[in-house]
Amino acid sequence: MNRVSTFPQESQLRRLLARRKRIGWLWQVVFLLATILVVLSLIVLLYNIVVGAFGYVIVQDKVSPQEIVQTYTDTPEAALHTLSADQYRFILEQNLSKGLLRRLNSEAPLTERSREELYRLVVERVVKPRVVQSYSLVDSIFERDKIFAEAAALPHSRVEFRRWLNLDFLTGKQASVPELAGVRTALLGSLWVIAITVVVALPLGVAAAIYLEEYAAVVANPWLRRLNAVIQTNINNLAGVPSIIYGILGLAIFVRGLEAFTSGAAFGATADGATANGRTIMSAGLTLALLILPIIIINAQEAIRAVPQSLRQASMGLGATRWQTIWHHVLPSALPGILTGTILSVSRALGETAPLVVVGASTFITIDPDGPFSKFTTLTIQIYQWTARPQDEFRNIAAAAIIVLLVLLLTLNAAAILLRNRYSRRLV
Amino acid sequence: MNNGTYAIELQNLNCYYETFRAVKDVNLQVKRNRITAFIGPSGCGKSTVLRAINRMNDLIPGARVEGQVLFKGQNLYDPAVDPVEVRRRIGMVFQKPNPFPKSIYENVAWGARINGFKGNMDELVEQSLREAALWDEVKDKLHQSGLSLSGGQQQRLCIARAIAIRPEIILMDEPASALDPIATLKIEDLMRELVKNYTIIIVTHNMQQAARVSDYTAFFMMDRADRAGMLVEFNETGKIFTNPTDRRTEDYITGRFG
Ligand SMILES: Nc1ncnc2c1ncn2[C@@H]1O[C@H](COP(=O)(O)OP(=O)(O)O)[C@@H](O)[C@H]1O
Ligand SMILES: [Mg+2]
Repeated sequence: MNRVSTFPQESQLRRLLARRKRIGWLWQVVFLLATILVVLSLIVLLYNIVVGAFGYVIVQDKVSPQEIVQTYTDTPEAALHTLSADQYRFILEQNLSKGLLRRLNSEAPLTERSREELYRLVVERVVKPRVVQSYSLVDSIFERDKIFAEAAALPHSRVEFRRWLNLDFLTGKQASVPELAGVRTALLGSLWVIAITVVVALPLGVAAAIYLEEYAAVVANPWLRRLNAVIQTNINNLAGVPSIIYGILGLAIFVRGLEAFTSGAAFGATADGATANGRTIMSAGLTLALLILPIIIINAQEAIRAVPQSLRQASMGLGATRWQTIWHHVLPSALPGILTGTILSVSRALGETAPLVVVGASTFITIDPDGPFSKFTTLTIQIYQWTARPQDEFRNIAAAAIIVLLVLLLTLNAAAILLRNRYSRRLV
Repeated sequence: MNNGTYAIELQNLNCYYETFRAVKDVNLQVKRNRITAFIGPSGCGKSTVLRAINRMNDLIPGARVEGQVLFKGQNLYDPAVDPVEVRRRIGMVFQKPNPFPKSIYENVAWGARINGFKGNMDELVEQSLREAALWDEVKDKLHQSGLSLSGGQQQRLCIARAIAIRPEIILMDEPASALDPIATLKIEDLMRELVKNYTIIIVTHNMQQAARVSDYTAFFMMDRADRAGMLVEFNETGKIFTNPTDRRTEDYITGRFG
């Protein structure tokens, strides 16, 4: 019998090879294009944010500061920002409506407010500088002359280069005018919420992961084993549930069901907590904790599973109990992995908006959160609200807030990478 | 029953993984202060029997043991016996050196500490490292990672770690199979030294090694019919290697068989 030989001849072989190479090359091009597309969209994203956060604005005062000084003081040459607290108060009393004054007084009596605060009020309520036109960074560079010409045509107006992201923006409170609005309340809100999230989700998640990996895996009883398998499957599925569903869950459980606890009433509520009706930092933090709990568990499980079995054997072989083995060997070895995963899931939680909207983030608060039972807003909520406003300037500060959020996220990711590198080197 | 001469007695030992019987009906008496070698083709259940002796099998999900393992007249599988206590008295050295990712000192001290050792730890560490013939090589770097040592040194560190808790029996599962010939010889010399104070059971697939170091040899084989490992022959090492009574033992040690 002849040996089976159905391979092509020499010349055909070469043609075939050329064809195979061509196909390979084609795929390579496809992959390259995909990568370029990804990089391009990243660049466009960054461009959009940066261009929005910096640029020229034309600012027009309703009343010019000099006019105010001339009208209400006997030192017409002084600059507005050099006046005394009494003078500011006088100006406010002369210019604001009775109703507004009463409202301001009830928030905090004018006589008790600091000079800086009063100055801010004068600027905000009397001078009323308005950005009448704002320009993107690109326009600011290429159409500079046109912008200055436009400003010159308007009475008491000027061109300013506005870095929407500046120290005032970081430390300023929420305000109804974009120029004065800051991100401080939202930033503090985000940090508070995340702190609660981590404090709750990390120990719970690690505990569950330890149970599932170290105890459930060696259970002999077949019914318990089946139960553990069901639990595991459910956790895996929970990790894929859309975040808004967690918001609905949080609304039902934490805001409504556990209101006494999440409003702080059970611990002697603050006035703020009482008016919040459970829509507090606590509720938001717990909701986000629920959201990232499955991710933390799965991730910690992987880290624990990656600890070599030989380490457990060595420990148990020395007469260590299972708990001693976990505490002294498994957890220290798994810790970098667990922390890396936690940081990454925290950055996911930081970027969440939908569940917080459902849980009831405040739309406008100017008071810093002072504890877990305060009303809250977060960076993402703030960005969401600002982008929804019709005025251009709000979009500028939204861009600035996005930069703040991104910097926060990138810092966290960098910390995760550093941690991983450091520990993986130390283990060897 | 003579509890004085036997360190361990296996009576009708059967080991299962889920429903699979990996080892059947092993009866064996291990003499005190002697080295007993388990030899046989791979998969015949040597490691399984060894792990049954200090209840390391308990850690494998689905593993089950029937029959008795007598240690000082006490059945180690009696419900009243705590496996943690068993492992503290019957130590183990594994095939692949597995020091803790801690310092050399801590590797030796840890087991003693968790078992409530109250004496002078520095002395204990030095003594254990000396007994494991490692002291001279590591005495200047006790605070370096145990993982920075060579394979053979790591294995001796594991032995030092095991003897630091003063067990009565040391189980060794192919302790030299991952080492080069020189490191292997060092381990073998060490075993001859240790056997003055401890009872040693060693699993090896290396017949020269069994012949060199052991006093007694148990030959295991898999039963073709049900794939369960069984004890074929157990005797003094000299007899097993020069004058085996069972045909299968002879085939194995002369290399006619697998
Ligand atoms: N953890 C385990 N789970 C299931 N079966 C196992 C396990 N360990 C060993 N076995 C089985 O038990 C038998 C004996 O294995 P082992 O004791 O490791 O043999 P040896 O050490 O002599 O090579 C083999 O058939 C092996 O497949
Ligand atoms: Mg083996």
